[in-house]
Amino acid sequence: MLRFIFWRLLQAIPVIFVVITATFFLVRSAPGGPFDSEKAVLPEVKRALEAQYKLDLPLHEQYMAYLGDLSNGDLGPSFKYPGRSVNEILGSGLPVTAELGLYALSFALLIGVLAGVFAALRPNTRQDYIPMGMAMIGICMPSFLLGPLLVLIFGIYLDWLPIAGWGDLPGDKILPSITLGSAYAAYIARLSRAGMLEILSQDYIRTARAKGLPEWRVVIQHALRGGLIPVIAFLGPAFAGLLAGSFVVETIFQIPGLGRFYVQAAFNRDYTMILGTTVFLSTLIVFFNLISDVIAAWLNPRLRAQFKGGA
Amino acid sequence: MNAEQTALLTEAEDGASLWHDAWLRLKKNRAAVTGGMVLAIMVVLAILTPWIAPYGYEAQNLDLGATPPSAAHWLGTDIFGRDLLTQILFGGRISLAVGFIATAVALVIGVTWGAVAGYVGGRIDSVMMRFVDILYALPFMIFIILLMVVFGRNILLLFLAIGAVEWLTMARIMRTQVQSLRQQEFVEAAVSLGLPPSAIIFKHIIPNALGPIIVYTTLTIPSVMLLEAFLSFLGLGIQPPQTSWGLLISYGAETMEEYPWLLIFPGLALTITLFSLNFLGDGLRDALDVRGSKD
Repeated sequence: MLRFIFWRLLQAIPVIFVVITATFFLVRSAPGGPFDSEKAVLPEVKRALEAQYKLDLPLHEQYMAYLGDLSNGDLGPSFKYPGRSVNEILGSGLPVTAELGLYALSFALLIGVLAGVFAALRPNTRQDYIPMGMAMIGICMPSFLLGPLLVLIFGIYLDWLPIAGWGDLPGDKILPSITLGSAYAAYIARLSRAGMLEILSQDYIRTARAKGLPEWRVVIQHALRGGLIPVIAFLGPAFAGLLAGSFVVETIFQIPGLGRFYVQAAFNRDYTMILGTTVFLSTLIVFFNLISDVIAAWLNPRLRAQFKGGA
Repeated sequence: MNAEQTALLTEAEDGASLWHDAWLRLKKNRAAVTGGMVLAIMVVLAILTPWIAPYGYEAQNLDLGATPPSAAHWLGTDIFGRDLLTQILFGGRISLAVGFIATAVALVIGVTWGAVAGYVGGRIDSVMMRFVDILYALPFMIFIILLMVVFGRNILLLFLAIGAVEWLTMARIMRTQVQSLRQQEFVEAAVSLGLPPSAIIFKHIIPNALGPIIVYTTLTIPSVMLLEAFLSFLGLGIQPPQTSWGLLISYGAETMEEYPWLLIFPGLALTITLFSLNFLGDGLRDALDVRGSKD
């Protein structure tokens, strides 16, 4: 197991390095400097600014300086919000996005696993078709459509829930979490149905049933563990998707999280902010992929045996 | 043995190919057939748009403003008095074009990459697949946004960027296919006849791996269209004066309180198309008996 973790960590390092390097040179090769935007700036001022942001150095020295800053955990200053560092902005957005993602994922897991297991217990009956049809809708209905529709129905016509904000009004966290989570609920439902169907046809399940165990114990104690491996393997990629989804959801509901900052930085051409956010989010995603792989491997006895045996 | 199986068997004795068999299976899947038909209608509409659109693409009527659906404007008009049906038809052209072209880019890169890696094998194979693994781990949504910012919001770049994301899975699927096909006798025969590897790959191996390629392509198109709509919704994809379903949904969301039809109809157009493609893809997967290509 330790070998496996070590091996996966070793693979993650080049990925993060590629991300940092590619992002750095892409952003630096962007047309137009960050300061030649709105009003004309005096040459001396421009030079001073460039010196402050280290833009006067040759490109490779800028790169080495950036790597040096990064190794100290410093993502640099923001171009558009003078006096604020990228670290500060990320620090204020991260808890919000993390909370949103956590609620969305909990919603997705709860609904998805329930629907998937429910459907797998009676395959090809109405109990299977109805949740799976709903899942298909969930997959085809993009968040940027579902969000406004939910706002229209529950926020405006029924007037049950607030239509925007985060933590300002009671219940304003419900719609964003559902909007973000529903597509994942749908995927998880399909994955857990497929996983459960496969496990339920295995010999050891027949043995458990033959022993006279009640059906709920067969399902919960014996089948779930194996049947949910695909779901857990999906959680790593889902995390990356949740982050991307938070771009849209935070824009729709005007939530001050990472996604909204990223989209705003993209609009404002705030290059250090884009660079810093990309590096930060990428590292986070690579890290979560790693965790989900390790958990999936730990749950899968065949893989575990392989690494114990030193293969 | 029931009547259907007997019918299938007779067909088989008549020299029915694998494709004929698959076609029979697909025909019986009502969801897939409906999906295919809806999709065909959408494509025909998109191609014929300049001739069948009820109004000109740039025709405005500022005095009219936003009106709900009526006899003159079947799906209503937007705040500039533009006919929504016309907007949706023209937007559909772009959305579908992005879907098909970006998928084609992904298809060409992915199939070639996977086929070469699987056929050549050895060290080259492991280097090529490690490269795919590294790209796989990158957060591509973020990178596409980055590209759009750095190079401007250019539709050609959008095609390329989306295509560059989607080829990875295709390469993996293709490699597995090729590895198993390479062991087959007809490939050995082609090798012993002295055919060059490129001819073997393109003439003998790829045609025999068409099933998974078709299935995965059908399932890639909706995910590409979704990606385009997502970027356009954020204002980072298709730019005015051009339009796409994602952009129309984004406009609709801004004014949905007063003019809900501006959100609902473009949303419906996108959702129905994605639905059809997914049903068709799932149906093809069952019909061609391809396993584990996506979930």
